[in-house]
Amino acid sequence: MITQRPRLSLWQNLYLPEILRGMWITIRHMIRFKQVTCEYPEKPHAVPANFRGLHRLIQRPGGKERCVACELCLTACPANCISMVAADPGDPSVEKYPLRYEIDTLRCIYCGFCEEACPCDAIELTPHYEFASHRREDFMYTKDRLLDNNRFVPEGERVSKVQTNETYLRV
Amino acid sequence: MMAWAMEWVPVLIKILVAFFVVLTLTAYLTLAERKFSAYMQDRCGPNRTGPFGLLQPLADGIKFIFKEDVIPTEVHRTYYVLAPALLLVPALLGYIVIPFGDTLIVAGRTIPLQIADVDLGILYIFAIAGLSVYGLFMAGWASNNKYSLLGGLRSSAQMVSYELTLGLSLVGALLVFGTSNLRDIVHLQTGHWDLGPLSIPKWGIFLQPLGFLLFLVSAFAESNRLPFDLPEAENELVGGYHTEYGSMKFAMFFMGEYIGMITMSALATTFFFGGWHVPGLAALNLSHNAAALAGVAAFCLKTGFFLFLFIWVRWTLPRFRYDQLMSLSWKGVFPAAMLNVFLTGFCLYAFHRFM
Ligand code: SF4
Ligand code: SF4
Repeated sequence: MITQRPRLSLWQNLYLPEILRGMWITIRHMIRFKQVTCEYPEKPHAVPANFRGLHRLIQRPGGKERCVACELCLTACPANCISMVAADPGDPSVEKYPLRYEIDTLRCIYCGFCEEACPCDAIELTPHYEFASHRREDFMYTKDRLLDNNRFVPEGERVSKVQTNETYLRV
Repeated sequence: MMAWAMEWVPVLIKILVAFFVVLTLTAYLTLAERKFSAYMQDRCGPNRTGPFGLLQPLADGIKFIFKEDVIPTEVHRTYYVLAPALLLVPALLGYIVIPFGDTLIVAGRTIPLQIADVDLGILYIFAIAGLSVYGLFMAGWASNNKYSLLGGLRSSAQMVSYELTLGLSLVGALLVFGTSNLRDIVHLQTGHWDLGPLSIPKWGIFLQPLGFLLFLVSAFAESNRLPFDLPEAENELVGGYHTEYGSMKFAMFFMGEYIGMITMSALATTFFFGGWHVPGLAALNLSHNAAALAGVAAFCLKTGFFLFLFIWVRWTLPRFRYDQLMSLSWKGVFPAAMLNVFLTGFCLYAFHRFM
């Protein structure tokens, strides 16, 4: 490929004026200094409200999970990182519940499909993302831990505002 | 015995102070480089060690010293170890002749603020600076690495070309001043020309503007700084001649480069910006010593400005291509320097003949 180089005028070929122009740009940035670095650990990084971070299992008013173990999230998950064991709660108001519900966040790609798939507004991705750890176990989020993740959303939003559909959930 | 001590103690003190200042300055120059580059790119630079990152050079130094000193197996050991020293020592020696201030009068003795007052000062500096190319080339050769070798080759070609223009760009100034003693050169620049209401200091830059420009270009090339940093060229040659070096040896290359920068800045100050001369200081009637100290401060300030210029240019301009570098040297700077010499000679002749 032949690269066509632009023809420079004599003024540009003198180097110096153009160099001075460039130097003016750099010094201008230095004088009108507007820092773009965000000094992360000290100043928390603000994420948008719909940021897809760590999951939580949304609570019912009693503090229990809304999940009815329908396994739709598990089916939708492209990373195959949700595993669950469903059981009968023995509670006439609830038909089925997850005995175990586990998300392997090391495999999760934070696509949010689980949240989209859920028919009961039972799972959600919170904006929380600072859960680094040195141990693998810390990334296996069990049901209890997922319920506990409700602490990452404001108090008033922990319980779902979606009207429950009697078909699925008899609260 | 007493006379001997009187002779040598001030010299020793000057050497120690000069070395301390230069080495500290070198360390902090790396910080300044990182800070200013950050500000120019709207970043904030190193700020984790100490207030504003001021302890960063210290941390870097400790890191360099305690790093494992790896010598790759296939290198030529003698040259490999020798090269960094060959670069650093001449760089440090360059300082000896630079006058950083007028004289101090202590206990009735006059102490010139310069380590050695050599008549052929500028030739000495060029001779010493010329040695540094051996360090670079030796490093490139001994490393047994093609990138290092390329870096070494580039550096030797570049240094030889620009050494020439560096010397030639100062010939004009030497013609004007009529001496190669740096102290005398500064003395010749103290004073003012009165042009009507304007009073401009008798600095070299007003006599040799073209010479100054050419000197600046050559100085950038000579100290391997962007836009002429082809011997290192991180993105083409990994690190050029110092690719295979680690720990303190690498630090020595680094220091050599920065010290070279300081020498060039000091030279530019001495030749073109009146060294320690402060315009209008004579009118203040300060005591001799106070004036001398003010002069030292002025010298540091002027040198500092040039150091800033080095950094400023580095973070503005992209690197030259190799053929561009060579053609700039031989087809641009060299003829211009020649022209400058002839013009200066002609003007001097006319001046002495007809004035
Ligand atoms: S966010 Fe995506 S990958 Fe992660 S658990 Fe939900 S569906 Fe699976
Ligand atoms: S889709 Fe919702 S209700 Fe169904 S198993 Fe997943 S979290 Fe539970």
